[in-house]
Amino acid sequence: MANPILSVENLVVEYGDPKRSFRVLHEVSLDVGVGECVGVVGESGSGKSTLGKAILGLAPVRHGRIFFEGEDITHARGAARRRLASSIQVVFQDPYGSLDPMMNVGDILSEPLEAAGQSRRMARSAVAEMIERVRLPASAIDRYPSEFSGGQRQRLAIARALVRRPKLIVCDEPVSALDLTTQAAVIDLFIELQRDIGVSYLFVSHDLGVVRRICHRVAVMQRGEIVEFGEGEQVTRAPAHPYSARLLLASPVANPQAQARRRAAWLALREADRVLPAGQ
Amino acid sequence: MIGFIVKRLVAGIVLLLAVSIGTFFLARAAISDPTAGLLGTTATPAQRAALAAKIGLDRPLMVQFWDWFRGALVGDFGVSWRNFQSVNKQIAIKLPVTLSVVTFATLITAVVGTAFGLIAGLRPNSLFDRIIKTVSVVLFALPGFWISLVLVVWFAIQLKWFPAVGYVPPAQSLGGWLRSITLPAFSLALGAIVVVAEQLRNEVIAVNKQDFVRTLRSRGLSRGRVTLHILRNASPAALTVLAVMFVGLLSGAIVVEAIFSLPGIGQLTNASSQNGDIPILLGITVVSVIFVVIVNFLLDIALGWINPKVRVR
Amino acid sequence: MSSLSVMSDLAPSAPRRRSILSRFLSAPAGVVSLSVVIAVIAIAVFAPWLAPHDPNFVDLASAKVPPSAEHWLGGDATGRDMLSRLIWGARTTLLGALVTIITALIIGAPAGIAAGYFGGFFDRLSSWVSDALQAVPGMIILLVVAAGTRSNFVLIMATVGAFLAPGYFRIARSTTLAIRNEPFIDAARVAGLTHPRIILRHILPGIGAPIIIQTALATGIAMGIQAGLQFLGIGAASVPAWGAMMNEGFRHMLSTPLLLLWPSAVLGITIAALAVAGSTLADVVRIRTDAPSARSSGQVTNAAPADVVTGSFAYAPEAAAVRVDNLRVRYAAGDGAVEVVHGISFDIAPGEVLGIVGESGSGKSQTVFSILDLLPTGGSSSVDGMWIGGQAVHTMSPRERAGMLGTEIGYIPQEPMSNLDPSYTIGFQLTQPLRTVHKKSRAEADAIARAVLNRVGIVDIDRVMKSYPHQISGGMAQRVLIAGAIAGRPSVLVADEPTTALDVTVQAEVLELLRELQAELGMALVLVTHNFGVVADICDRVIVMRDGAIVEASAVETVFAAPEQNYTRELIAASLDDTKGRRELDAVHAAQTAATA
Repeated sequence: MANPILSVENLVVEYGDPKRSFRVLHEVSLDVGVGECVGVVGESGSGKSTLGKAILGLAPVRHGRIFFEGEDITHARGAARRRLASSIQVVFQDPYGSLDPMMNVGDILSEPLEAAGQSRRMARSAVAEMIERVRLPASAIDRYPSEFSGGQRQRLAIARALVRRPKLIVCDEPVSALDLTTQAAVIDLFIELQRDIGVSYLFVSHDLGVVRRICHRVAVMQRGEIVEFGEGEQVTRAPAHPYSARLLLASPVANPQAQARRRAAWLALREADRVLPAGQ
Repeated sequence: MIGFIVKRLVAGIVLLLAVSIGTFFLARAAISDPTAGLLGTTATPAQRAALAAKIGLDRPLMVQFWDWFRGALVGDFGVSWRNFQSVNKQIAIKLPVTLSVVTFATLITAVVGTAFGLIAGLRPNSLFDRIIKTVSVVLFALPGFWISLVLVVWFAIQLKWFPAVGYVPPAQSLGGWLRSITLPAFSLALGAIVVVAEQLRNEVIAVNKQDFVRTLRSRGLSRGRVTLHILRNASPAALTVLAVMFVGLLSGAIVVEAIFSLPGIGQLTNASSQNGDIPILLGITVVSVIFVVIVNFLLDIALGWINPKVRVR
Repeated sequence: MSSLSVMSDLAPSAPRRRSILSRFLSAPAGVVSLSVVIAVIAIAVFAPWLAPHDPNFVDLASAKVPPSAEHWLGGDATGRDMLSRLIWGARTTLLGALVTIITALIIGAPAGIAAGYFGGFFDRLSSWVSDALQAVPGMIILLVVAAGTRSNFVLIMATVGAFLAPGYFRIARSTTLAIRNEPFIDAARVAGLTHPRIILRHILPGIGAPIIIQTALATGIAMGIQAGLQFLGIGAASVPAWGAMMNEGFRHMLSTPLLLLWPSAVLGITIAALAVAGSTLADVVRIRTDAPSARSSGQVTNAAPADVVTGSFAYAPEAAAVRVDNLRVRYAAGDGAVEVVHGISFDIAPGEVLGIVGESGSGKSQTVFSILDLLPTGGSSSVDGMWIGGQAVHTMSPRERAGMLGTEIGYIPQEPMSNLDPSYTIGFQLTQPLRTVHKKSRAEADAIARAVLNRVGIVDIDRVMKSYPHQISGGMAQRVLIAGAIAGRPSVLVADEPTTALDVTVQAEVLELLRELQAELGMALVLVTHNFGVVADICDRVIVMRDGAIVEASAVETVFAAPEQNYTRELIAASLDDTKGRRELDAVHAAQTAATA
């Protein structure tokens, strides 16, 4: 990638005090290009969400560096971090917890703009435009989060991430709490917005199907390390690393014949692992 | 488990030290001239100076503190400033009365509170639950001494079931002892019962909604056994409240003892407060905190037994 | 929901959130208690104009006189006017409570918010201080303070405030902590808000209600303590006080009971009103989380007509392992009830795997809970008939019906960790049903438990038997739950999303295990899922549910190869296993854009 918008180099994240620390990320490196979507897949405990948190400044980085547009933002705090808010935004998994239930949609969406010093009136018109962009009715602006379904709330969360016109959005499992059909619609919205605005995504997910659809390149994480990083097509269909292959073969396909073949392949791989334990 | 016990013990001792030191200086800061209270307003400056010298008030405050603290460390709280008798002895005479009442009240609270809380929690919004809730809202807020007055008027003066005043030592008559502490204990317990019951009720409702209860039922376990599972998981919060209530009962006993004319710690505290007899007040504070620490220690062990996560950590 | 329906899905007349105040005032207890509190405050404020006499004017001729035109409530032991003393006493009581509450609030609330929001050392320190304060019998310390300043009531009431501060501290800390952990706080930080701004906009609005509730209770308690202190003789003798009046009444209780009655009644009513106001407010605030009413005699708002039944039977009644005829499930809601399953019929043969698929709200889980007869509180089901293992359970008593559980039917839940009792060892939880339901001896139960654990693929059986649920992994916990479900050798196994909470690699293992066990033991397996991959993997037949009705029921090959309903096709297409990759999609998009340009 010629000029990555984000690049992460040898990132190490540890929780706890230095004496009894717990290392969640081991020397993780990855980059995201302008207008590109990079997926991070893995199972629970793989550290994929921590990677997103570290980029947002919400996780303790012990070593390594994070560059955004060439600037080192690894330890940006206070005012420097707040300035980054105009460039880096987030969409969380939980469509119920990520919107303050006490505020109406207009206030929720204009909050980032007002925090940046915009006038209330200007903020409101930007908000109205965003609500239209995520395909919600204009009347949504005066309503409260509890009046929306999960998919609609996730649209609101996307709108909030977009109001400051960021260059990068960290998406932390943004569709995994949604029903299948809702999930498909929200993914298509993500893709459409990216084509229109040119924003970049770091897309964290546990679902290979989801990342295949939305991501240009995909990184597979296992126990805090990236074991494979490559073209989405290749990683999700013909993975090179044994763990990625196990991950792929373990996901059932919605087709009985194809699934029978996949299960047979999975059983064969499992048998092979038993003879020669994984990672040996 | 042993590490856990040691940790709790150390925490208790630290608390005891902090309260002892804090109370000593609080008392001396609150009372500018103790001799005024001890001798009354009619005393001459010379008399007051003599008393001050006798009880060591003329020495620097830190020296006085160290003197008291050294004694307290080995369990000697010195002598009263008023009658120069041993503080330990005076507390020892009064303590059994208060402990009888407070222990009895704690038992009543635990038994009745658990029963009410469990019944109400297993059937939320039933008639029983709503009655308990309505009564508990009011009983919780009303002070124990107010309830005492009602109980005295009703059960002692009108119905004459229990004596209105006085204390019978158990050595003299076990039945008489029970009768003499029943009304005071109930006055104290009523407010605490509803708090424990309310807490347990809410916990039972919360636990009952948890997934594992459905799974236990799906295994065919009887209603009674499932209830025991629920109770065990619901009890930590109620036990914690019970321990907090014990502290409240100690406080409440002071006023309740005045109403029932019980010769307990409360009476001694009140009299010493009127006289400004600081050594006795300090002794009482430390002794009561020792009891609180013991109760909290027992609570911690019980919680550790109930909740394996606490124990293992 | 497809992207088209996004526009219209917002209910046009969604009820406006009613303000907490208006809901509080629509409760009778709220109106009455608030009126009493306001009346007491008004009396205290306007005492000089309301009191008919000087409260301290001694008129020995009026001593202990009964109520009269001159003295409405009579005179006290020294002939002072009772009513006037009560009115001025309200002022004393309220001032004292005010001092206490302000002190407690100032000490407790900001410290609690800071401790909850920032955590760390300050949190540990202030929590310790708060716990320590709660461990000290406050009345004793108050008497220590009072020893020097028996009439300095402001100082004494401020000390009371210090003892009530932990109440505020704890409630502010726990509420802040709960909000602090919500993702919207992280979102606000990422949005560039400063800490003070986050506290102001997101934390404080959430803390208001709990603080007001706490204040109502604390004010009552402060008044109680204050009266208790006055009863003990603390406070200036020249100031009329309810507690002191009660003491005087107590001393003349036998001769003039009214002297005790009046102040006790006034104090009792005031404190009770505060308590009721606080409790009503608490109810109003948490109204949405409260348990539904157990009585649901009311109207069912959306019931399907009794003769409309979806689904059908595939087997003869005697050949079915489970047969459900016209199942309806309803939940109590407000005064009425809502039907969530609208009359469905289906059956399953012994040794067959039946998948029930649908999105959230389709009623699939309610269906399995009805088979188990373990619907959550507020839920009830009705059937024309239900047979399990050939037995007509709809004619059984609840006791007989419960006897089917663990013997005839086994249940595998969704979330492994929350379905094991955290307080007992795995071994106890596996052996208890064997001992009490199947009447095995301790040794037999232990042997069976070890055998099933071995069968579900657990290697370290000794350790697992002795472990508590939090000491094992989620995948292992799900194996333990499967072991528990099959330990009683049921003929029917119902599994509610048994792999949804698991990682895919664990999911594959668990599905494989279920397949093996089902074949080995010849059980009928009812498997609820939203995942068509899981259906394709393990099911023989499928029921597709939507909004409480069955839309399609067929053999698994038919459903995937030639679904009858568009909805089924949409659902299968939404599984992204076979989706185009992103580069492919971009290429298609670029081609389309070029074509239209």
